[in-house]
Amino acid sequence: MLVVIVLFIVVMGAILFLVDRPKRVPRWVVITGFLGPAVLALAFGLVYPGLRTIYSSLFNRNGSEYVGFDNYARAFTESQFQIVLRNTAVWVLLVPILATVIGLVYAVLVDRTRFEKIAKTLVFLPMAISMVGASVIWKFVYEYRPTDRPQTGLLNQILVWLGMDSRQFLLNQPVNTLFLIVVMVWIQTGFAMTVLSASIKAIPDDIIEAARLDGLSGIGMFRHITVPSIRPALVVVLTTIAMGTMKVFDIVRTMTGGNFSTSVVANEFYKQSFGQNDKGLGAALAVVLFVLVIPLVVYNIRQMRMVEEIR
Amino acid sequence: MQINTRRRYAAIAGGLGLALALAACQPADDTAGDGETTAAEGCEDYAAYGDLAGTEVTVYTSIVEQEQTDQEDSYVEFERCTGADIKYEGSREFEAQLLVRIEAGNAPDIAYLPQPGLLKTIVADYPDAIVPAPEGTAANVDSFFSESWKGYGTVDGTFYAAPLGANMKSFVWYSPAMFADAGYEVPETWDDMIALSDQIVADSPDTKPWCAGIESGDATGWPATDWIEDVVLRSAGPDVYDQWVAHEIPFNDPQIVEAIGVVGGILKNPAYVNGGYGDFKTIATTPWGDGGLPILDGQCWMHRAANFYQNSWPEGTTVAEDGDVFAFYLPSMDGESKPVLGGGEFVAAFDDRPEVAAFQTFLSSDTWANEKARVTEGGGWVSANNGLDVENLATDFDKLASTVLGDPTSVIRFDASDLMPGAVGAGTFWTEMTNWFALDKSDIEVADAIEASWP
Repeated sequence: MLVVIVLFIVVMGAILFLVDRPKRVPRWVVITGFLGPAVLALAFGLVYPGLRTIYSSLFNRNGSEYVGFDNYARAFTESQFQIVLRNTAVWVLLVPILATVIGLVYAVLVDRTRFEKIAKTLVFLPMAISMVGASVIWKFVYEYRPTDRPQTGLLNQILVWLGMDSRQFLLNQPVNTLFLIVVMVWIQTGFAMTVLSASIKAIPDDIIEAARLDGLSGIGMFRHITVPSIRPALVVVLTTIAMGTMKVFDIVRTMTGGNFSTSVVANEFYKQSFGQNDKGLGAALAVVLFVLVIPLVVYNIRQMRMVEEIR
Repeated sequence: MQINTRRRYAAIAGGLGLALALAACQPADDTAGDGETTAAEGCEDYAAYGDLAGTEVTVYTSIVEQEQTDQEDSYVEFERCTGADIKYEGSREFEAQLLVRIEAGNAPDIAYLPQPGLLKTIVADYPDAIVPAPEGTAANVDSFFSESWKGYGTVDGTFYAAPLGANMKSFVWYSPAMFADAGYEVPETWDDMIALSDQIVADSPDTKPWCAGIESGDATGWPATDWIEDVVLRSAGPDVYDQWVAHEIPFNDPQIVEAIGVVGGILKNPAYVNGGYGDFKTIATTPWGDGGLPILDGQCWMHRAANFYQNSWPEGTTVAEDGDVFAFYLPSMDGESKPVLGGGEFVAAFDDRPEVAAFQTFLSSDTWANEKARVTEGGGWVSANNGLDVENLATDFDKLASTVLGDPTSVIRFDASDLMPGAVGAGTFWTEMTNWFALDKSDIEVADAIEASWP
């Protein structure tokens, strides 16, 4: 422990001392001084494990035997993993679209109204709750009891009040995945709403005024002015949420544990790697996820650049 | 220049501040032990372990919360008498994290493995990490445990891990008061039990004879595997059970499929289940700890669960033959043999320092078993250690469980899913049983799917 502290002081001291010395220091020393540790840490903590994961996805469960692309073949052909891939696809399609659309409509509706602050706070609040916390809350909402027994779940209580039978939201596939998706949308809408609201406010007033003079209002204004003006922000929000959705793990694990055909890739690769101790298959699933995320990341970064250029 | 110097001072001050903050995170020196100078009283049983003052043994286990306190209390005497410090760490993610820690070279000194299958995995994958049991432990196990228990801690002829606690799973929980009011008697044979179930259906249409729940997070499904195992042991017999575990017969052998069908006759029978929770599909989503609770409000009559289900009853529930709840032995089918499904944890060591060996040996001794029984005041713990004095156990129920485990006519078999390879025992066997309820998959479909996943 003491060694680590001393080492830390020495390294930080050296960096600060070198960088702080007046003038004569060449530029490259400054750059390496600041960038070096970060690059090293990235290489060691991100690039190496990434390559290592790809490597071990070509081996069997405990890494003792080379199996080529067998793990990938399993991931794409076995029916239980096909369900997992299908679920991930449903998540990645629905969550960003729902969260963005709801967030956008909400942002437009509350824009410049008297309740704007309170209304926005309410939608933004779920962002502050952890995924696990949110899942626990929603698990209570979905809780099932037979129709003739006292209800503990909010949603089933409402169904019973309306004179309908209570139902098991988390059990019957494939709709149970939709009920899990609701949780993610509930969390992410606040993010979409905030970003979009900010960029709606950034639309220059003269454009809006000009549109008004041309007779645009209501839905026309929304379609022809608001949406085109904030298009880059919309894309950034969509892709950011899509990336977060691909990695969704906490919600599925907390609410169903991946049972009842609700598992997604991130949950399945954890389960295979650590639960079943099948390192090869786990790594292969992780790589699949990685490959799927890349195009989104690239697109997202390009859009972000465009947003910055416009500014 | 002025600014530069000031900035440098700031940097140094900041660094120092951080260093101090980091130093504050270090544990304070433990000075509590210094008071004792002479050998403490009541330490005769611990003399053999020698003086271990200043040493530390880390323990990693899946035993958490209420039971954790009892575990820690049972080491207090050992710590007092030998001077060793036992660092206990319980985790719900134990099974996954243990392998990660071993692989990372950060294994605990001692781990309590809840499954012999996990021991096999560790020996096969990390032979350099695990340490065979010391001689003292082996000697204890030879004198205090039956041959079969030693076998579960042995891999390829090397003895690694001594049993710690034991579970006795072949129990059916019921309410003695409800039975007495209705004039029912505890069934002695399987047929009696089914007849009783039908009787209940006829007598009280508002309730169900059985209730169950198998939801357990990541491990959802395991309580259902216990059901199947108990029935295989009864319908096909211990020999077939052994072949089934060793994969000498396939998982979808007709005898196993038949056993699944027998369980389905109870758990998937709409007239029988799921008391208080709805149709049989609710078994998949009902937390296993809540499964039997409807017995308390008269919604169901019987709930098959292990002795440790005792801890799931809410506070204030009397567990006694004339109390709120009690359990009877899940009867055999022929009414004569006495098959018992058991389970337990095993103590594996990952370092061979003397204090680790001493602690491992201590845990396999009768001294520890009796100490543990004494500190477990709430009950819910038994051991297969025959040096355990039954009178030390807290409750009548624990005494009953201990007697069944120790009964020479009992044919004890270890939990099959714990013995099977992880991919099946902690994988498809669990998930397919869950599908069996949730998706209403057929018996043969379930058995075929599990067989297909056998590594």
